[in-house]
Amino acid sequence: MSHLNVKVAAIEQVTEHVKHFTFVSEDGEKLPSFSGGSHVVLALNIKGRIHRNPYSLMSSPLNTESYGVSVRKQELSRGGSVFMHEQIEVGSRIQITYPVNLFSLSKLSHKNILIAGGIGITPFLSQIVDLNRIETDYELHYAYRSPEHGAFREEIEEMCGDRSHFYVASDGNVIDFYELLGKQPLGTHVYVCGPEPMVNAMIAAARDLGWPEKHIHNEQFTAPQIGESFKVKLAISNIELEVPSEMSMLEAIEDAGVDAPYLCRGGACGRCELEVVACDGSIIHHDNYLTDAEKTSGKKIMPCVSRAKCQNIVVNL
Amino acid sequence: MSQTFKKETFRDDYTFSNSPEAIERFPFPFPEDEYMYSVNIEPHVKTAKGTITEFTIDIDEHYVAECADKEITLSKDPDRFLSLPHMMDGQWDTLELMMESMSNDYPDLFSLTKEGNNWTWVNKPLGIKDTFVFGDATSLPMEPLNYIGRQVQGDWVVLDQRDNNLFADAAIVTSQADWSLAIDVGMSYKEWHGPVPVANELGVFDRALKYLLNLQLGTPVRRLNWTMTINPRLDTSPETYPLWGPDRLKVTPENVGDKVHLRVELQTLFRLPRSNGIVFGIRGYLISMNELVTNPHWAKRFHRVLKGLHPELAEYKGLSFKDMTVEWLSKYDDGKPSE
Repeated sequence: MSHLNVKVAAIEQVTEHVKHFTFVSEDGEKLPSFSGGSHVVLALNIKGRIHRNPYSLMSSPLNTESYGVSVRKQELSRGGSVFMHEQIEVGSRIQITYPVNLFSLSKLSHKNILIAGGIGITPFLSQIVDLNRIETDYELHYAYRSPEHGAFREEIEEMCGDRSHFYVASDGNVIDFYELLGKQPLGTHVYVCGPEPMVNAMIAAARDLGWPEKHIHNEQFTAPQIGESFKVKLAISNIELEVPSEMSMLEAIEDAGVDAPYLCRGGACGRCELEVVACDGSIIHHDNYLTDAEKTSGKKIMPCVSRAKCQNIVVNL
Repeated sequence: MSQTFKKETFRDDYTFSNSPEAIERFPFPFPEDEYMYSVNIEPHVKTAKGTITEFTIDIDEHYVAECADKEITLSKDPDRFLSLPHMMDGQWDTLELMMESMSNDYPDLFSLTKEGNNWTWVNKPLGIKDTFVFGDATSLPMEPLNYIGRQVQGDWVVLDQRDNNLFADAAIVTSQADWSLAIDVGMSYKEWHGPVPVANELGVFDRALKYLLNLQLGTPVRRLNWTMTINPRLDTSPETYPLWGPDRLKVTPENVGDKVHLRVELQTLFRLPRSNGIVFGIRGYLISMNELVTNPHWAKRFHRVLKGLHPELAEYKGLSFKDMTVEWLSKYDDGKPSE
């Protein structure tokens, strides 16, 4: 896994809960180019243990003098976003991965409908730059709770002009997916990023209206959740370890010095898939990667987000 | 480094040959006495001086002659460069990758100067100097992949990633081992691997596709593949089959050492930044049997690999001259176990 060493050049409080961080390369060089919709994984040293959290790059792919990410403070989480909000300062040094894109625009689309809910707006900001550059038709539909939560509205209006549409829930405005998707021309692709119920409602509406599966795209990163601790045995490395309640299984494996593969750390890409050799309880799957049949079989686990409710689980690593 | 480039041909009188240094660095691909397909992918990291993977892109003594042969092939058949309309970002990504790595790794041969988006590219061995605007295809004499692909050895295919699949949607291909760009352009990963025997049953391609879909920026990978060619010919495409196919029938026990060549492909795969595509490089290295047997260890091993080769693989690779070659190589095999 290739990494980049960056330092924080600026921090901006965007809304009550959202902070925007600007990173520049530690050596002063340009950062790598990337494509709209990409994310990076930040390695955060929290109390001596490395937490790795993915965040969408929302700066322009055309200007890689710096990268920008926005972080919503999640109070009831394992601490990554709280750490970013409370401990990271201008000048802080962070190791990040090279950009990875699991939410890329289809190059064959004739028109793109981008649907964002809340902080789910972040991957669309870099996509909009790409869409403007390649002059492809698009509309952005951005829904949020109340006027003070409408992060980046001014920038979006400037970038998109009359292609942008805003839906403020406190004003009684929500997106009618049937109405929106029902009137689109053939060859349109739809992209959604936001809270899970919104993503599911959009996908259900698109399917209901007969949209082809290949035209429906979503970015649904699951954050690792707090859970009960459990013991893991790595059969190949012959290591036993404990996954504490506030760490993911993947983080605990890394903490034990084992170099496990990963990319998204959000249960989406499938790179960290492990084969389960034995488990004396049940696996609690939180990922969006394994099929229902695979989840039921209990033979596979995505350690970036999933946990086990058991005394012992043995995996092939 | 100082590099001298050989004057030689890859057609008609076939004057190509390897210097002792080129033989020394030849990527002999067989770690065992038996060969079977596997997902033999490893990180494309730089290796020791004097190896073919010392740098990201290898420029060797055949560079100038190979580029000249490319020009001939492209002038006879301009469709050896093809690109679908949505591939322009991928073409520019590829041009950038090549110009940056070549100028960094071989500063006395190539240079790249950037003033914002105004780039100046100097290729000394080929006598090229051009200033253009990065991202503006009208500022180059031809499309970006066509332009840079003529200045790099090997074939280059740019893959678009969509629908959990990879599509060969742009390429410049002049030295392919009997596959057709005109037929394969636009095909998905599984479609273009469809004809390969045995490996499909082994599930090799399913695993490799899964791996490649997650290929990361900054972490290119490589693998070796191989086949055999009669005469040191680069352009063994289906389109020109009448020019080279019949040569397989002209192999005799007397001329095996001279005519039969092992062709090893260094295949490299790079995630591209702006397009989120992948560029796939297929760089061929040729070595005649006479040259190969100057290394006794290679001679013995290749004899065993070829003798035990799965018949379907021999058929797929078109090795109608296999038995004659095995017989010729047998005198280099003492029958003792390999070291």
